[in-house]
Amino acid sequence: MLGLNKKDALLFMIVALLVGIAPFLLNPFPEGSSLGQMFNAGYPDLMQRFVIFGILVIGFNILFGLTGYLSFGHAAFLGIGSYSAVWMFKLLGYNIVPAILLSVLVSGVFSLLIGFIALRRTGIYFSILTLAMAQMCFNLAYSVLGNPNSNFNLTNGETGLQVYGNDPQYLMSEGSREIPHLFGLAMRDSYQWEISGWLFTFNTGYYLSGIIMLVAFYLSIRIFRSPFGLMLRAIKSNKQRMNYTGLNARPYALAAFVISGMYAGLAGGLLSSMDPLAGAERMHWTASGEIVIMAILGGVGTLVGPILGSGFIEYFKNILSKINDSLLHQWLSWLPDGLEDGIVWVLHFFVGKGWQLTLGVLFMLVVIFLPGGLVEGGQRVGRLFRRKKGGADGASAKQPAE
Amino acid sequence: MAILEVKGVNKRFGGLQALGNVNLSVQENTVHAIIGPNGAGKSTLLNCLVGKLIPDTGSVMFDGQSVLGRQPFEINQMGISRVFQTPEIFADLTVLENVMIPCFAKRDGAFRMHAIEMVASEKGIREQAEQMLEDVNMLSKLNEHAGSLSRGDKRRLEMAMCLVQEPRLLLLDEPTAGMARADTNNTIDLLKEIHDKRNITMAIIEHDMHVVFSLAQRITVLAQGTPLVEDTPENIKGHPKVREAYLGEAN
Ligand SMILES: Nc1ncnc2c1ncn2[C@@H]1O[C@H](COP(=O)(O)OP(=O)(O)OP(=O)(O)O)[C@@H](O)[C@H]1O
Ligand SMILES: [Mg+2]
Repeated sequence: MLGLNKKDALLFMIVALLVGIAPFLLNPFPEGSSLGQMFNAGYPDLMQRFVIFGILVIGFNILFGLTGYLSFGHAAFLGIGSYSAVWMFKLLGYNIVPAILLSVLVSGVFSLLIGFIALRRTGIYFSILTLAMAQMCFNLAYSVLGNPNSNFNLTNGETGLQVYGNDPQYLMSEGSREIPHLFGLAMRDSYQWEISGWLFTFNTGYYLSGIIMLVAFYLSIRIFRSPFGLMLRAIKSNKQRMNYTGLNARPYALAAFVISGMYAGLAGGLLSSMDPLAGAERMHWTASGEIVIMAILGGVGTLVGPILGSGFIEYFKNILSKINDSLLHQWLSWLPDGLEDGIVWVLHFFVGKGWQLTLGVLFMLVVIFLPGGLVEGGQRVGRLFRRKKGGADGASAKQPAE
Repeated sequence: MAILEVKGVNKRFGGLQALGNVNLSVQENTVHAIIGPNGAGKSTLLNCLVGKLIPDTGSVMFDGQSVLGRQPFEINQMGISRVFQTPEIFADLTVLENVMIPCFAKRDGAFRMHAIEMVASEKGIREQAEQMLEDVNMLSKLNEHAGSLSRGDKRRLEMAMCLVQEPRLLLLDEPTAGMARADTNNTIDLLKEIHDKRNITMAIIEHDMHVVFSLAQRITVLAQGTPLVEDTPENIKGHPKVREAYLGEAN
């Protein structure tokens, strides 16, 4: 189906199904219940982030997962995509098509430049070069090119780039919508379905981003299974042998770099399309680090790993930052007072603003015990089940790249 | 006709003269062995041929063109393939993929973006790779990870990867080192067959004299970076200078 083999097609169908029914899956608890307040994640902005960061990490995985080149500056392309999109809103109007096209194009150009330089080195030096250049981009965006008082204010500095009333918006006609839209279909619009206490939200922006993610996912499967993808895996495996086999590794790696940069730009354009505001913090090195963590957590070099990893992080980031001390006290009230206070005092550092600490610990555990990430975890559980059921194919061979 | 012509090549590593005024010419359609004690500079010489090292002085001509200053992948595209002393394979990939990659390199050149086509639908490439694997008796290991093969199998795989490109000149750096006797004999048969069938010129470095005398039509003896003699196997066998330089390792 779709030119994919059976296994890949099945995987694609499952992901498509999950994207389709996510508004139900992510809101398993009644609206307003305490469990719902805590664990429901079916809100438009959060669901949008799931799929948009999915795109970002799928692209990152084409570079890191296949070629082994670890870019530590990928957030730069996300930011560049975001700024490009907002500029389109300012200059042309709120239709997201030109915005997203420009995001992909500009980030493609930037990744060509940065990749061309960074790919002169490999290993840690490559990573450091990408990190350095991304920090340069951040600084340019944050201060140099963002002085509101200068004539050449590309990024609007600390405030962030946004659309103002006196922007030209040349393509805006009477009656055009004043928020990002796709030919009139506003990203912010939602249809809400209330059924005996449960509330499900079907948001335009989410579904559009979801469809784009599925296309991006499909393309990444094709790349993984293509001769080009094979060459990228050859780079990771043995660059020396590749060279002596008559293959020029550099343009292959550069192509992968540009493709993944364009994926990031697409994600940035979509972020701006959901909320027409672009800030430099999107390009900060911590954002780049988060992309790396998402990829590794999900399972580097696997097909669904990036989607799992980004979803996992976004979900727990959301939950953990909601928990506060009084909630902890409420949960642990059955403990003796002294013990309760002690435990809350410790947990305090891991929740709320401390969510990064928890994710850090989780990340450590995954890297140590599940080097293949969540995908490997899933495979292990799957194997366990199969063995219990019949044990017939419990010893099935290792399968590369699920 | 000489397909490879090495003239006056020198290479120093700091104070060590690894190659001193090396002249070597390999005739087309022959198997040319290069022998010599450990550290004689044999591998260094090969490195100078494939673009891994650049000689300090001298010239290396392949088929009338200089290879000096070209990148390894360009030299391979000219028609020189090399089997390394320690196997260089794609350890993370399957045996079949290992052999398909050189097939793609041969068909598509040094760079080609086939990003939407599927490897699975490249029937021609696959058949070519499978045929080659059958020739080296590895068809049954098609889907194994190359990294988990035995040392001997890794060498055979690397040889298959080079042979499938049908190079005009095949350089082999101790192709039977670490192989069991039976595998060594298989390798000799394979190389013989390839040489007879496909007319591939070979330059082979080997310590195992059984292999050398089974295959080579010409032998160059290298000692301390300089060629001592070059002659037919019959003449080399009894040569006093060779015995002196190579004593102990020849039998
Ligand atoms: N990259 C290098 N840097 C410094 N010295 C080197 C380098 N490569 C080789 N040498 C030295 O050059 C000399 C020749 O080495 P080479 O590997 O060519 O020998 P060889 O004939 O292939 O030996 P062997 O039979 O052990 O493989 C050795 O003394 C070696 O230590
Ligand atoms: Mg050697």
